[in-house]
This record gives sequence, structure tokens and C-alpha cells, in this order.
Amino acid sequence: MPSDHTAAAQADPSALELLQSVVEVARAIFGARASSVFLLDEAADELVFQAVSGEGEDFLVGRRFPAHSGIAGWVASTGEPMVVDDLTGNAAFDRAFAESTAYTPDALMAAPLVHGDRILGVLEVLDPAPQARSSLPELELLALFARQAAAALRVVLAHRAEAGIGADPRRRADAVRLVGELERLLLEAL
Amino acid sequence: MTTTTPAAAASPPLSWNFYGRDPEDLQITADPGPGPRALTPAAEAGRGIRVCVVDSGVEPDHPLVGPLDGSWAAVKDEDGEIRIVPSTRGDVCGHGTACASIIRRAAPGVSLHSVRVLGARFSGSGEILVAGLRWAVRQRFDVINLSLSTTRTRFAEELHALADEAYFARTVIVASAHNTPVESFPWRFASVISVGSHGEDDPELYLYNPAPPVEFFAPGQNVTVGWLRGTTIRTTGNSFATPYVAGLCARILSEHPGMTTFQLKNALYLAAANVRLVDSDPGR
Repeated sequence: MPSDHTAAAQADPSALELLQSVVEVARAIFGARASSVFLLDEAADELVFQAVSGEGEDFLVGRRFPAHSGIAGWVASTGEPMVVDDLTGNAAFDRAFAESTAYTPDALMAAPLVHGDRILGVLEVLDPAPQARSSLPELELLALFARQAAAALRVVLAHRAEAGIGADPRRRADAVRLVGELERLLLEAL
Repeated sequence: MTTTTPAAAASPPLSWNFYGRDPEDLQITADPGPGPRALTPAAEAGRGIRVCVVDSGVEPDHPLVGPLDGSWAAVKDEDGEIRIVPSTRGDVCGHGTACASIIRRAAPGVSLHSVRVLGARFSGSGEILVAGLRWAVRQRFDVINLSLSTTRTRFAEELHALADEAYFARTVIVASAHNTPVESFPWRFASVISVGSHGEDDPELYLYNPAPPVEFFAPGQNVTVGWLRGTTIRTTGNSFATPYVAGLCARILSEHPGMTTFQLKNALYLAAANVRLVDSDPGR
């Protein structure tokens, strides 16, 4: 489990548990080195690492980056899944960001977390096993799984408890805002 | 930055009937379509055709893209007005560069242009897509590559009208089908050429789909494409099948500049690997 839970997740332990389960299952399905869920913070125009399994799980949760940068940004912007390979040695793959995560993958699959026509975030799988790479059925499988994850997230947030908010006021405010934003998006999409 | 004014396209008067005029007034010289004429040498394929990539921008002078003849961005100002402005920002993601590199490979002689519709804030992203596409249609590009779609149904009607406007103006919109089985636009419309991926290894194989709305399948799996800062990656998706068909359109139009969009679609149909002409005289 991440040592540094985001305040948003602290605000909603069920959502944290669900998202952690999502990344762990995604990692298992694709035999991947890591998997992450980013949630979209529309107000800040940023994507936020909300759950991580594998490489980086000890320190990535809570990190933010511009919502339109890189492959995750494209997926979040368009609602389309994407698979890329041969990223190693590719100076363009958000090098600074990748290095800040202490891990640069060679291959990456990403699918949007969508509900209705709204984008909630992105599910990423890093370095999936070779047999799982770059095939259309695998891309479809990831997209299907991401859709299920988004639907589950909607259910969890709809029943979230109000207690359990962390001590850091700034993070707490961030968390409340982010979760509230998600709820708003979900309600609009219903 | 400078706001551009789309080329003022003189619209012909609308006509609902043909009373009071003579068929002689309506004589048309048609392009016969692909025939025995020699094709343009591959290095010049697509010469004279203006292709616009509506996407995340295109990195200029990428080794697999070459020169860009125009680079623009759709941006929303503080008043909420969307303007199309010259842009030197290049590509914010790599996706547009990937598409441009495939077009250049399929049709090396084309004049390539880019209008960036991604990279702004999320609010209004559908509006920006529509505005960028509208601008491209009214610039009278010969071919527009749109490896994007929107699931937001409130934009469907406007996109439909825009797709028809392009169709009648002989601007071919080549649009990606969504990668997952969801409703999105404008690829669903009959006035565009819609493309999905097949999983074959042949980089030149394309197929007609007898069960549209996706009309053609082209190579979109494990495709090597240009990416940011002069690099390449391999990637998969309908996004990358689409520019191959856009390049084919440019090649055909370069040879047959008088073709209408329906002729072009028919030419693609007849030349698809899985389409066989019925033998009208099987006993011969």
C-alpha cells in the first residue's frame, strides 16, 4: 500500500481500496511491472496519481502533472485508449517526468476512465508482458476493464462515508474538492 | 498572435429543383477515376494535395514528417471565443506527429498542414474540436485527417452539418472510428471516410468493410510512427490506420484532382484488397 495516501483517498477509504484493487488487478491481467490510476482534477487542469501498484507505489500517489501532457494527457483529452512501445531511449516520453518517477517504461497501455461522456481519469499499465503488448484485443480488454473500474468508482463515490479525512488541511481541502468534482461529473453524466 | 480569417468560400446558390433551366447548363467534365494512366512515382505521390492534420499539433521538420506548410492552433480566449491562430508550439503529445508521419509515408509529395485542437483546458474541448475542424473545412484543404472523435452527443448535429459541408466542397474528411464500441462522432457519418484497424502485418493492406459504419480497415497495429523530438515509437489503434487512408486519398486525388468525394470513396472501395468485381461475362 502507498505510504503517502492522498488526502482524497483518505477522505474516502472505499475509493482508495477500490482504486488500489483496480491497479493491482490490471497489473496482474497484463503481467505488467506497474499500473497506475490518474484522476482528472478539472479545476486544476491536472491529472493526479491516485493509486499505484508496482514501480513507484511508495511515492507516486498524490503527484500531479498537467492534464494535457504526454500519453495519459492524450487519453484523458480524447477518451481513446492508446498503446505505445519502444519508449526506452525516446527522449520525448515526458523524460523529466518519467525520471522523477524513477522509472521509465519501455511500453505503456492507457485507457480512459469514462462515465457517460465524461472523462474521470486514466488507467495506465506499464511494461505489460510481451504477449500482452500492442494487440488490438489487449487494448480492448484494457478499455473494458477501465470502463468497469469507472463504473465501480461511481458506485463507491455514491455511497462514500463522510468521515476519515486526514489531518493536513491543504490536502484535506484538495481531497474534498477532488471527490466533490468527481461526484459532480458523475451526477451530470447520469 | 494573429487571428486568421478563413478563406471566403463563395457558396453556390442552393437549388431545390431544376425547373426553368436547360440540361445544357449542367454539363460536367468528370474525372474518369483511376485507369490506365501511370501513377505518380512514389516519391512524389500526393503532389499538389493539401492535407491538414486536426490533432495535437505536428512537430515540424521531424525526420518522418518533413516540412510543414502551415501550423495553427484552436484556442479559446478569455471571452470564450475560439480563434484559430498560427502556432509554433508543435505537438503537445506526439499523436499528431504520428499521424503526419504516416501520411508522409503514404503520400510523400503532399503539402502538410496542422491545426491543433488538443492541449487546452478540458472545458470546451469538444467546442475546440468543432472549431478546428470547421476552420480546416473552410480553408478548403483537399484532405483532412481526423484521428479523433467526440462522444458528446450535443456536438453531433454540428459535426454532421460540417461533414456534409466538407463533402459537398470536395474536402475529404478521413475520420477514425473510436477504439472501443461506443457512440462517437464524426466518423459515424456517411459523408466522411471512416477507418478502423486490422491486425494484419501487411503495411499496405486495406480492406472495405461490408458492414459499416466503419467503411475501411487499414494497418493500425504495431505501427512505427514519428513521435516527439525526432523520435519514433510503435503504437496501435484506429488513430494510425486513418492517416494511411488519408494518404491514399491524397495519392488518388493527386492523379485525379477533379474527383468528387463520392468518386474517391468508390475508388477506394474498388481498389480494396477484398473487393472483387463481378465478371459480367463469366463465359468469356
